[in-house]
Amino acid sequence: MLHLVNKSPFERKNLDACLKHAKPGSAILLYEDAVYAALTGTAVTDTMTGAAGTFAVHVLEPDLAARGLGTDRLIAGVRPVDYGGFVDLTEKASSVQAWL
Amino acid sequence: MTDLTETDPAAGEQVVKRFMYVNRKAPHGTVYALEVLEMVLISAMFEQDVHVAFLDDGVFQLKKNQDPGRLEMKDFSKTYRALEGYGIEKIYVEQESLDDRGLAAADLVIPVEVIGRAAMTELMAEMDVVLSA
Repeated sequence: MLHLVNKSPFERKNLDACLKHAKPGSAILLYEDAVYAALTGTAVTDTMTGAAGTFAVHVLEPDLAARGLGTDRLIAGVRPVDYGGFVDLTEKASSVQAWL
Repeated sequence: MTDLTETDPAAGEQVVKRFMYVNRKAPHGTVYALEVLEMVLISAMFEQDVHVAFLDDGVFQLKKNQDPGRLEMKDFSKTYRALEGYGIEKIYVEQESLDDRGLAAADLVIPVEVIGRAAMTELMAEMDVVLSA
């Protein structure tokens, strides 16, 4: 299963809800304002470092670049993908859940 | 609606009020940041005492090296550099908000005054008008 999260973890609880309900081993894609969850040195880094060990966490690179963030700031284990990678994740998943 | 730039009928002179625009949203996921920036630029025309504050996810608006062209969106982060030219120089960023997001003043597109939450509270309380988004 692929979980899609697009809200900032500092403002909304969507990502928390996702992490609490996703099965270990599921894929998670952070895009739009959720890309802020993928960074080192923040208030959610510890949570996301744990999540990166439990889930296959991906982040949409164009959304990082738009916000002035480089892949050098990503938490270890979080994988950057482009739009093609987004499509591949969707194609591989048995189902997709958007945590809007 | 209250006339925000009213004229004092007794003195016949324009009343200067302390305005604060509070930015609390990240820049590209919603339109709030751009809308507030446009409001700030318009406010420069009215010769008021303008303050601009960035806290919570609003601090992300000032992050250097934004490239929203990758999303086919406008890069308005450059426009913050024009604020000084419009006489808007009272720009405050909350320290705790930066810390929570792994950012420092050096990561921002313009020089700002970084203040703690307690100081931000005091500053907000001194304003005549606070507009927050």
